[in-house]
Amino acid sequence: MDVAQIEKTVKEIYEQVKSESLEEGDVLINTLHRIQDHFGNFIPPEAAETLAELMDLPLSKIYEVLTFYTMFSTRPRGKYVIRVCESTPCHVTGGKAVVEALKETLGIDFNQTTEDGLFTLEFSSCLGLCGVAPVMMINDMAYGNLTPERVKAIIEELRGGEAE
Amino acid sequence: MSVAVVASTVLICAGGACISAGEKSVKQVFEEKLREFALDSVVQVVETGCMGACNLGPLAVIYPEGIFYQKLTPQAAEEIVVEHLLKGRPVEKYLYKGPAGEIKAKSQEELPFFKRQVKIATRNLGVIDPTDIDEYIGRDGYFALMKVLKEMTPEEVIAEIKSSGLRGRGGAGFPTGLKWELCRKNEADQKFIICNADEGDPGAFMDRSILEGDPHSVLEGMAIGAYAIGASRGFIYVRAEYPLAIERLNIAIEQAREYGFLGENILGTDFSFDIEIRIGAGAFVCGEETALMASIEGERGQPRVKPPYPVQSGLWGKPTVINNVETLANVPPIILKGAQWFASIGTETSKGTKVFALAGKIRNTGLVEVPMGITLRELIYEIGGGIPSGKKLKAVQTGGPSGGCIPAEHLDVRVDYESLKELGTIMGSGGMVVMDEDDCMVDVAKFFLGFTVEESCGKCTPCREGTKVMLDLLEKITSGEGTHEDLEKLKELAQFISEASLCGLGQTAPNPVLSTMRYFWDEYIAHVEEKRCPAKRCKALIRYVIDPQKCVGCTACARVCPVAAITGEIRKPHEIDPEICTRCGSCMEVCRFDAISKVSP
Ligand SMILES: Cc1cc2nc3c(=O)[nH]c(=O)nc-3n(C[C@H](O)[C@H](O)[C@H](O)COP(=O)(O)O)c2cc1C
Ligand code: SF4
Ligand code: SF4
Ligand code: FES
Ligand code: FES
Repeated sequence: MDVAQIEKTVKEIYEQVKSESLEEGDVLINTLHRIQDHFGNFIPPEAAETLAELMDLPLSKIYEVLTFYTMFSTRPRGKYVIRVCESTPCHVTGGKAVVEALKETLGIDFNQTTEDGLFTLEFSSCLGLCGVAPVMMINDMAYGNLTPERVKAIIEELRGGEAE
Repeated sequence: MSVAVVASTVLICAGGACISAGEKSVKQVFEEKLREFALDSVVQVVETGCMGACNLGPLAVIYPEGIFYQKLTPQAAEEIVVEHLLKGRPVEKYLYKGPAGEIKAKSQEELPFFKRQVKIATRNLGVIDPTDIDEYIGRDGYFALMKVLKEMTPEEVIAEIKSSGLRGRGGAGFPTGLKWELCRKNEADQKFIICNADEGDPGAFMDRSILEGDPHSVLEGMAIGAYAIGASRGFIYVRAEYPLAIERLNIAIEQAREYGFLGENILGTDFSFDIEIRIGAGAFVCGEETALMASIEGERGQPRVKPPYPVQSGLWGKPTVINNVETLANVPPIILKGAQWFASIGTETSKGTKVFALAGKIRNTGLVEVPMGITLRELIYEIGGGIPSGKKLKAVQTGGPSGGCIPAEHLDVRVDYESLKELGTIMGSGGMVVMDEDDCMVDVAKFFLGFTVEESCGKCTPCREGTKVMLDLLEKITSGEGTHEDLEKLKELAQFISEASLCGLGQTAPNPVLSTMRYFWDEYIAHVEEKRCPAKRCKALIRYVIDPQKCVGCTACARVCPVAAITGEIRKPHEIDPEICTRCGSCMEVCRFDAISKVSP
């Protein structure tokens, strides 16, 4: 993507967020969320630079915030970001086997992305769906009552859908 | 939609848990089949919020009979349309089954899981369509706001909440009326009210369910709070992990504005108030109120020293009230039914009800709302259905990473703020994780410490470094290398970290360790002295062995072992080489002759 295009997009996003906000001075995190959604699960350095200029903030300040929150990524991530829950209720109901099945099926460890650029595996604390533990989210979709078999089927289905 | 007479209503649970268990495809089949049989004008399909019995999802209740169906599939939906809705015969195999597996064709209200509950904060969950404001209004929604604006002064509202005895449900249990009063008293050109929907305690999901299933009750509670303290702006800080809650809140805010419950001159009075959503970004510590405000302000979400308290100097330095989701959802019923009514429920010091999330080794996982003061035994056995698989209950963990555990011998404790504190744990946000004899308490403590290490914001050294040292010590103990000095060091560190940390996260981080030491000291000793894990959970301290008397030499275990640790001739007893074995447990699962077991040491 060329820099001018990124600059233009970030500017649009920023104006949009500002216009929706009732208060000033609290738009940074919302803007970062939108930028991340727009650029496919990460925040490109050019976008951060543009935003720093627009908001008249030092770039270091943007990164200081950006790196504090685990949901923001400065590295490109896969099209599907998988967040698997590793909190106690999921852990005691078979979460461990699910995590292992994920790693095995994807062939990657935590915080890695598959070579085809499709999947990134991350862990999460409780996703608030402990009633159907173990649980994972793939982008905004949650999957409950997981077993190693179900995990494999879900990944295969997504892979299959991509191959078509 | 035509205004045909509706003969039946299918209420489908569209809470997060049921959706993740496949609710959408079930609903689709219901609708398709109803159309196919031309029943769609007399049978209405409505999506509601969490019904509480999440482990049985996807769920549906069919009215007017109130028949409760569980574990639905598209296939089940088709059968229910054909048999129940067309021919009037409930389909037995999908009916709710009691703990003993008996079938109950009773209405939902009569089932033990629901019968004991008293629903105030979750009054509308599973009953209304959360995306339709008219349904909320149809259940007295926004009447409390009207009453407050037309008939009560802010001082009267505060007095009412104070005498109801409502205490914060977000963890600390601070009296809500008092918090509002303190904020009201601070003069300022602008004030804020914030709803804390950052719900991060592992095992707690009541806030999520309320936001998804009844978002208007939170908006109404906020508007009433805003009127009481004199705020014109409100924020709801939701964690990004809850996209469905965010979506439903957005719809609700839009509708409330349209109906004039939010915005300028609400209901023709001179009270103006509006609400915005702010989305977190995956930092547990942002649930702490000062960190939360920093995050809204676009900073790193790190706590700061209190005082000044938020009611004095909060968001952008203005007086601010921060309340939890469940706290706010309690407010409208208190205004409508009166403080006396609310105070008549619960115990002397803990009024009203509490929503608990039951998880772990319990038959009915899910959400329940019960009067404060109910015993833990009633909660676990009568409502929760007890422990599955006939195992023995060992402990109940409450309060998440800030809390502790209650061992089986204290099951008759009354669940209220003070009683739990006496036992060395806390109510917290209401998460309850049930553990059985297979759970190692040292491992559990280690697990929580791991969480703290991950989530410490790094501002204070004791919290940042101290918890890491504690985790290493626990790691050492669970791998059989711990000593008595390590146990002493753990205790000292615990003391030091809780005294020297700035915010609640660090101050309470050692609690899971202290609490398990208090009740399960013998397990710590077994790990240290005998290198034994009584629950046979810690990998380094267990071995898998084959009983030569029972082994028939079927070779199933040898074939499944990923590291070829099992040797033996066909039809002769097999053997496991402990040097090669990685303790994965696969062999034990596949053996059909019960010949493989875990031993420790
Ligand atoms: C580390 C930490 C995390 C917290 N997380 C939450 C949370 O997720 N939700 C919440 O309502 N309160 C949380 N709290 C408590 C809040 O600081 C605050 O006390 C509460 O939101 C006040 O609302 P209440 O009086 O209605 O309970 C947390 C506190 C600490 C120290
Ligand atoms: S106690 Fe821990 S989480 Fe709290 S401010 Fe200090 S370092 Fe951060
Ligand atoms: S526990 Fe796993 S590694 Fe050990 S013998 Fe059994 S199958 Fe092999
Ligand atoms: S512990 Fe995994 S969703 Fe709550
Ligand atoms: S989400 Fe359906 S019962 Fe909880």
